[in-house]
Amino acid sequence: MAANAQTIETVEGLAGEYKYGFVTDIESELLPKGLSEDTVRFISAKKGEPQWMLDWRLRAYKAWLRMAKEKGEPGWAKVSYPEIDFQDIHYYSAPKKKTLKSLDEVDPELLATYEKLGIPLKEREILAGVAVDAVFDSVSVATTFKGKLKDLGIIFCSMSEAVREHPELVQKYLGSVVPVTDNFYATLNSAVFSDGSFVYVPPGVRCPMELSTYFRINEAKTGQFERTLIVVDKGAYVSYLEGCTAPMRDENQLHAAVVELVAMEDAEIRYATVQNWYPGDKNGKGGIYNFVTKRGACRGARSKISWTQVETGSAITWKYPSVILQGDDSVGEFYSVAVANNAQQADTGTKMIHMGKNSKSTIISKGISAGKAQNTYRGLVRVMPGAAGARNYSQCDSLLIGDRCGGHTVPYIEVKNRSAKVEHEATTSRISDDQLFYCRQRGLSEEDAVSTIVNGFCKEVLQKLPMEFAVEAQKLLGVSLEGSVG
Amino acid sequence: MLEIKNLHATVDGKDILRGIDLTIKAGEIHAIMGPNGSGKSTLSYVLAGRDGYNVTQGDILFNGQSLLNLEPEERAREGIFLAFQYPVEIPGVANATFLRSAVNAVRKHRGLADMDAMTFLKTAKAKMKQLQMDEKFLQRAVNQGFSGGEKKRNEVFQMAMLEPALAILDETDSGLDIDALKIVAEGVNALRSPERSAMVITHYQRLLDYIVPDVVHVLSKGRIIKTGGKELALELEAKGYADIVADAA
Ligand SMILES: Nc1ncnc2c1ncn2[C@@H]1O[C@H](COP(=O)(O)OP(=O)(O)OP(=O)(O)O)[C@@H](O)[C@H]1O
Ligand SMILES: [Mg+2]
Repeated sequence: MAANAQTIETVEGLAGEYKYGFVTDIESELLPKGLSEDTVRFISAKKGEPQWMLDWRLRAYKAWLRMAKEKGEPGWAKVSYPEIDFQDIHYYSAPKKKTLKSLDEVDPELLATYEKLGIPLKEREILAGVAVDAVFDSVSVATTFKGKLKDLGIIFCSMSEAVREHPELVQKYLGSVVPVTDNFYATLNSAVFSDGSFVYVPPGVRCPMELSTYFRINEAKTGQFERTLIVVDKGAYVSYLEGCTAPMRDENQLHAAVVELVAMEDAEIRYATVQNWYPGDKNGKGGIYNFVTKRGACRGARSKISWTQVETGSAITWKYPSVILQGDDSVGEFYSVAVANNAQQADTGTKMIHMGKNSKSTIISKGISAGKAQNTYRGLVRVMPGAAGARNYSQCDSLLIGDRCGGHTVPYIEVKNRSAKVEHEATTSRISDDQLFYCRQRGLSEEDAVSTIVNGFCKEVLQKLPMEFAVEAQKLLGVSLEGSVG
Repeated sequence: MLEIKNLHATVDGKDILRGIDLTIKAGEIHAIMGPNGSGKSTLSYVLAGRDGYNVTQGDILFNGQSLLNLEPEERAREGIFLAFQYPVEIPGVANATFLRSAVNAVRKHRGLADMDAMTFLKTAKAKMKQLQMDEKFLQRAVNQGFSGGEKKRNEVFQMAMLEPALAILDETDSGLDIDALKIVAEGVNALRSPERSAMVITHYQRLLDYIVPDVVHVLSKGRIIKTGGKELALELEAKGYADIVADAA
């Protein structure tokens, strides 16, 4: 309830400016632009990686070279942008002071940045029960709360640390959900990923707090290639939150992350994202290219993976968090809000691959388009021959603001088992003058009216988010739709 | 309180209001009656400042200040409330959330602090009790799936929470059963005070038995063709509009 009032304040305070558009002045170590085998070796060496990890990266790099030569970037999504020059990007950037033992050692400038971002990193936030792994450009800065988690046998650390300290787990699961050669960007990520988060929850353990990562791209002309791997063992549970911002810059920046989730028997993973990368200016100058591969595997029977995303930022979003339902009676969920305003382009959706018997999936997608933006839901529901009794329910709603934008729904349904039940519903609506006038007659400004109506439209998804995140997401929706009417 | 002077307005280029003069003093209740399509709802929209309703001549003064350059939300915050003839549905937005934003927008304008959630709930529940509305309506989406009568009652509930200086009720009695009519009328009467005024648009004199007006106007083809006391409503009920409209022509 308070969220709306806060939305109002935020909207008024920001007057349409991208709130996270500041640049932090920190000395950083920056690898010269360009991509070659040496780049890959440099990154690997910088992180003190074992040989197997370097070999893995090099395999990916070779595969990527082949892909780049044969087909280039994927062209099937409904997005358009000039070809990316992969030699014009820095593949490694890190704040200079390193090897941190505690938060006190973190660069105060950096901590100030996190404070500006509203990330819970210090003592008082720890009270709020959030453990944060903050990734700044390419390096994981500090992971709070480790000790408490350790007592429970939960591992929550940066990917680099996991490679060094838990090689058996990383080797076993890395690339097991998103294979090295899965797609162009995932393959690139496999070669040059710089950091990210790693989580392991042992059998039967319910992680007592929300784990959270905050990504920020600070350096100009930097690509961010994080790699996240979450493995939840039998009967265990974790809820994971991810937030993203980037400073305002005129040139486009590439973000090509890979997230892999593995849920064993009776395990449950909830993964929530609030993505607010810089979307570029009104005319489409600048902004983040958000080309992300996220996939979860429900390996065990009765396992459950739930993706919730609120995508308000980025110039281009290309993202399909998916679930492979291998276990019998496993459950996959996808709840999504995607906003595209001004010149933003979003092509996002999910894939639900049913393999296990009686596996169930639910897809709720809310697409909001304003300005001259294009917003596409692209989803695949595939029921394999062995998935007797599989069920899917999909609901894709588009909301249009103004008449220059577009909302598109592209569902692919492939059913190879007769006992499966797949339902798909889609609606397109517009914010009506009647609704706007009704709200304004009650005293709400036009912008608050839009924000109120949009929040109502997204309610089913927003209520899936943890409380603090839901409030943040509501604010973001208001801010990102600033100036979309009138 | 409200002074309408020689008001002309067009909708989609069509002249709908063609020279309305009307003054409502503080504390007064005026009833507006008139045939279908005579311009009653249009008048209410023009007063509330709806886009697309263009004033081509005349002026509207509210407490001495012209409303013509004010946005709808500014007029609302100044204390003008319109109970819609056809209340609008807003899917997914809880009635309570919506109304609290509205209450706080008005409070902010008056330099008051936000009403906190607890106080809001307490006040809302008390008002709902008066209107014999189920508290469940607080959590339901604004007007969504409400019956015709429930929507009307919800309008009166919002009005009770916002305590407007000038309430415009556009056929709030249509679609209400007899008991509901009494309850809603009591809701309106509860707001009656020397500082508040109301404009009650209705087709039925029955409502005016409960909300007794100081003045009754008859609107026809965008003009006020007759003004009288409460007895004018009775006369209309008995004879219809034909004679008056013929006299005016
Ligand atoms: N957008 C529009 N374009 C053209 N004509 C319009 C438009 N909106 C309203 N009108 C016309 O204006 C006239 C007045 O309409 P209005 O709704 O104000 O009547 P009313 O007195 O409220 O009628 P009722 O008693 O049926 O509610 C009608 O003839 C109506 O058709
Ligand atoms: Mg009417």
